Amino acid sequence: MKSTVQDNKIEAMPKTKPQRRNQTFWQRFVSQGQLILMSVPMLIYVIIFAYVPLWGWLMAFQQYKPRGGSIFSQQWVGLDQFKFLFMDEGFTRVLRNTIAMSVISLVLSFITAIGFAILLQEIKRSFFKRWIQTISYLPHFLSWVIVTGIVATSLSTEDGIVNIVLMKLHLIDSPILWLGEGKYFWGIVGASNVWKEVGWNAIIYLAAISAIDPSLYEAAEMDGASRYRKIWHITLPGIKPVIIILLIMNLGWILNGGGFEVQYFLGNGQVVDWSETIDIFVLKYGLRIGNYSLGTAAGIFKTVVSIVLLFMANSIAKRLGEERLI
Amino acid sequence: MRTATKRVRVEPFVFHTLNTIFMIAIAVVTLYPFLNTLAVSFNSGVDTTRGGIYVLPRIWTFSNYKAVFATGDVGHAFWVSIARTVVATFVGVFLTAMLAYALSRKEFMFRRSITIIFILTMYFSAGVIPTYFIVKDLHLLNTFLVYILVPSGTAGLISAFNVLVVRTYIKTLPESLIESGRLDGAGDFRVFMSIILPLCAPVLATISLFIAVGQWNSWFDTFLYTSSRQNLSTLQFELMKLLQSTMNSNTTQTSTSAAGQISNMVTPLSIRAAITIVAAAPILVVYPFLQRHFVTGLQVGGVKE
Repeated sequence: MKSTVQDNKIEAMPKTKPQRRNQTFWQRFVSQGQLILMSVPMLIYVIIFAYVPLWGWLMAFQQYKPRGGSIFSQQWVGLDQFKFLFMDEGFTRVLRNTIAMSVISLVLSFITAIGFAILLQEIKRSFFKRWIQTISYLPHFLSWVIVTGIVATSLSTEDGIVNIVLMKLHLIDSPILWLGEGKYFWGIVGASNVWKEVGWNAIIYLAAISAIDPSLYEAAEMDGASRYRKIWHITLPGIKPVIIILLIMNLGWILNGGGFEVQYFLGNGQVVDWSETIDIFVLKYGLRIGNYSLGTAAGIFKTVVSIVLLFMANSIAKRLGEERLI
Repeated sequence: MRTATKRVRVEPFVFHTLNTIFMIAIAVVTLYPFLNTLAVSFNSGVDTTRGGIYVLPRIWTFSNYKAVFATGDVGHAFWVSIARTVVATFVGVFLTAMLAYALSRKEFMFRRSITIIFILTMYFSAGVIPTYFIVKDLHLLNTFLVYILVPSGTAGLISAFNVLVVRTYIKTLPESLIESGRLDGAGDFRVFMSIILPLCAPVLATISLFIAVGQWNSWFDTFLYTSSRQNLSTLQFELMKLLQSTMNSNTTQTSTSAAGQISNMVTPLSIRAAITIVAAAPILVVYPFLQRHFVTGLQVGGVKE
């Protein structure tokens, strides 16, 4: 937000070199030829691979048949695909799963990352601190293919460490079939997300904490504030802007369901009612069943909701006088 | 007065002890599954099915790794993964830096519009199916080029986020450097190549890691666009196929020991462990050395932009 305001000011100010004002569009265009050549190829690239596919959205308003010729000669059906989508019990369940897993992952990720950053900041020996931090990044660099493999192994009923530890602690009598029951699935997705990303997510909070003016802590110490009061009254307010920005960004991704791969790999026949998300629904209808139109309609729904949520969160933050993303 | 000093002495000790224990617990929870996989990958497959393997192998063997590379498919996939990672990282980093430089110039007339066009791509995507059609229309299906060009999942040639990180970094460089280049008669491209690019080394190291990790870890593009050509398969995709075939044993009560008797000493579980290590090792060797760079890179690029 602050930077945007500054940018505007700079543009509003009179240019330092007055002769530039007198240049026509074409004169500027020619004099900036190199800058244009340096940026236009990437612009074309992003238009081809991010914007041109938007034409494909027309499919959602058609009954698209792969053999029916080009996209313009297909049969138009208006909003029928969307109506079908929301009448479909399967889709409402998919929507519920997506939102539930997103919210669970979002809340868990935020709390654990902030908590981890604050506690790590309290470690005084920098050598130990550096080691812990390096270890905590490790899972971020592993692919979800690997991580879900590790999760499945750890939760296995035969030799899984989770069941072994719980049995040793006498919390359970017999191994639990973690991945075979729907009621555990959302929690497993949330926990997997935390395991993979907590160290990485904490980086940004650690940076924000280290940017807090140390004299605030010194002043609080003089007044006899305890460690917990300092965290509550200095550290947390100090990183609030970062928390809000990240929250806005993440709200825009709420229909991602806390990732696509984790449900795709860990889901199975027994938990399908709890594991299927919009992305998997799209893949199933689009590529396996070949109903491109319905798959695309679900994809459009997801994108539109994401952008609406993003702008809503942004304007609420603006009204509350907080930091904004856009 | 006395209680005050006592509290001051006891509280920090208790807190720091608990905090240290907690941090060690986090390290253990993070590392254990990985060490366990490492142990399983070096342990005799049949022996592993008896259980009780934690962080050390009981019967040492390299047969799992030999079996992984025996068919040639995984070995080939390994090189495809290396190739796509190297090519996409070099091309992607150069193009990202070039675009970031152009977008960092205040006088650039299209600065705002191009920036907005890129930022929007972070929040919408046309979706899997329309993108698939574009790839098909461009005749990129079943080609190596699809890995470099088509954004999918973690992989992509140029991402708005990386551009913003580099642009923010360039903005922190002193303007006088660019002005002095101008006075020597250098155009924007010369200034970029000879002045900006060398100075950006730390931030370029950061985004190299981001792009390389995304490429190395990508499996979805193989699954979607090139799965009908085995010689374009990638390591993550091979691992994914194996994972899918062994995963079912975790959801049903059937034992994997039956599978263990099929091949001598090697089980799907132990092969999976070996491929996991092969797929994870290259990144795990590199990332600790780049740690300083990506931490500062993330701080500079920050979320502010």
